[in-house]
Amino acid sequence: MPEQKVVDADWLLLEAPRERKFITGAQAMAEAVKRANVDIAIAYPITPQSEVMHLVGDIWAQGYLKDYYRAEEEYGAMSAIAGAVRGGARAFSATSGPGLLRGIEAIASWPGHRIPAVLGVLTRVVNAPLSIQPDNVEIAYLLHCGMVVLHAENQQDVFDFTLASFVISEKVDVYIPIAVCTEGFFVTHAKGYVNMTPEDMKLPPRDPYKAPVPPTDCEIPPARIQRDAPVQKSNFMSYLIHAVWQQEVWASNRRAMKYIYKYLGGPIEVVNPDAEVFIVASGCAAAQGREAVRYAQLEGLNVGLVKVKSIRPFPEREIREVLSKAKAVIVPEHNIVGWLAKEVKASIPDNDKVIGGPRVYGGMTLPVELIMEKVYEAFGIKKEKKVVV
Amino acid sequence: MSFKIYEINEELLDVMPQEIRDLQFKATWGNPKRGVMDLPYSKELIEEHSLCAGCPESMALRYILASLPNPEDTIIVNSTGCTSLVFPHIALHTVHSLFGNQNAVASGIKRVLEWRFPDKVKDVVVLAGDGATVDIGLDCTLQSFFRQEKITTICFDNEVYANTGGQESGLTVKGHVFKMAPKGKQWDKVPFWQIAIDSGCHYVARLTVSSPKRVETVIKKAIYVAREVGPTYVHLYTPCILEIGLNSDDGLDEMRQRDKERFAFFEYMTPQAEEVINRKKEEGLL
Repeated sequence: MPEQKVVDADWLLLEAPRERKFITGAQAMAEAVKRANVDIAIAYPITPQSEVMHLVGDIWAQGYLKDYYRAEEEYGAMSAIAGAVRGGARAFSATSGPGLLRGIEAIASWPGHRIPAVLGVLTRVVNAPLSIQPDNVEIAYLLHCGMVVLHAENQQDVFDFTLASFVISEKVDVYIPIAVCTEGFFVTHAKGYVNMTPEDMKLPPRDPYKAPVPPTDCEIPPARIQRDAPVQKSNFMSYLIHAVWQQEVWASNRRAMKYIYKYLGGPIEVVNPDAEVFIVASGCAAAQGREAVRYAQLEGLNVGLVKVKSIRPFPEREIREVLSKAKAVIVPEHNIVGWLAKEVKASIPDNDKVIGGPRVYGGMTLPVELIMEKVYEAFGIKKEKKVVV
Repeated sequence: MSFKIYEINEELLDVMPQEIRDLQFKATWGNPKRGVMDLPYSKELIEEHSLCAGCPESMALRYILASLPNPEDTIIVNSTGCTSLVFPHIALHTVHSLFGNQNAVASGIKRVLEWRFPDKVKDVVVLAGDGATVDIGLDCTLQSFFRQEKITTICFDNEVYANTGGQESGLTVKGHVFKMAPKGKQWDKVPFWQIAIDSGCHYVARLTVSSPKRVETVIKKAIYVAREVGPTYVHLYTPCILEIGLNSDDGLDEMRQRDKERFAFFEYMTPQAEEVINRKKEEGLL
């Protein structure tokens, strides 16, 4: 068993010394799990996620976790995660695209069951036709589950979001699961610099009694407990309890926002707040948006970036404020449905200034030039397209 | 044991409802010899029930709850269906998660409780219907057997999806006409007790609930073996009298008839299970 010192969570997240490593996104996620005092991880293979759970399996074999196994499939894996968390453990799993959808009945039940688990979502197209590439349309399916959804831009975000998620999800006034999403391959299989907390320090263990609902362990009253809303009692009780329960789940989701401010520096990052035209993006698209801002600067165009880190809770107020004076808003995305553009349009009053796209899908890369085309469109600049034969 | 969680604050004793006080003073806690013979004299862990009058499933639930050797440290994971209607009436820590994932949830709970409470016995029992166990939940049920999870799985086989209005299930007998099988079921009843044996269960029993004492013995064996060896499986016939057109007082006769044919008592155990069962007999616990 490797020696790890339990340290204060706030200190570890905000003040602990950091060491710079050049690692993949998958490594960054596993390194965060290693420092999070996780009890159990449950795995099921799917590309591009598998790399993460291989690495988590390795750290279990090294003694950092108490339990780890390869489940029957994602529905079983996510159900067993719910069981483990009810039993009092801190639990982690990860999945991708079709695996997420296979597990989503169980995943969507976690918030209602008050399961503070952390789930890595390493995006991949949702079939068919079969592909394994990093389209992120699957995040659209997560938006209405009640869980907190974070979207990481790079390897550093993956480490920071994952480690902080264990702390945020177990806050008594939150106590719902958190999905840490990032693009498969682009982030999971590519290396970047990550400033990491010391390997020999970890979060305090989960205290299952510091909770708004009791664990299912026969150790704590009430004795007669089906912890979840007993909708089987009667139809009247069912309507009432289910309604109240859903309100509470979404209120918990909103209450996570203050911790997103505390530990992740807020739900958005703004580059060039006085810009005329803004690019609003999350995940990998934010990295490309950042590059587009640089391109635009070189051409003397006043373009800014709003990187959205938290998709749920969605930072409506923050985005509305930043975009209030923007002339146009460009929302580049790695999916065809434009789920982020819809969220942005729903958050601002003058949403006819939102230019949906560019969108790439099927897992294609998002060239900065595509974003620049929209920037020129926003500024009314006509550029001749160079066609190279 | 966690009997203390049933103890009422003395200051509040006089204002607590009788049925809650009875749980503390008249239920059988901390006594592994408890059983169905206590039913007339002790407080039951099930407070009324919400099933149809005369439902054999309600009998099964009462016998099982009376037979748990360690109720104060027993967690029951159930699934959607008629059984799930009863769980809010049961004075134990129970879980209703989804339809079909009961064995996966139980796996997670059991594994965590093993290391959280290394010095205590925490029994995890799955209790679900035939649809949950063999149709929608087949994957999770079998894989928990393959993984040798130390849980007891009890299937209430009423040979039909009763709670959703009487549809054919994998355990309906061939030829029987139910909804979604308007021409009669086209293939055979799944012999799940055999599949459980082939999948690694260490103790398997098939029976009706016509004999309370036999139910008690089987449940205790299944729980003791699961505790020490690995997965166990109990297949109970609990006919849906409503869906097969019987009256409220016909359930027992229906089960007695099936005792002679497709639900004739059948029991299987591995040598490791037999060792546990013999030891428990010597200890006077079976």
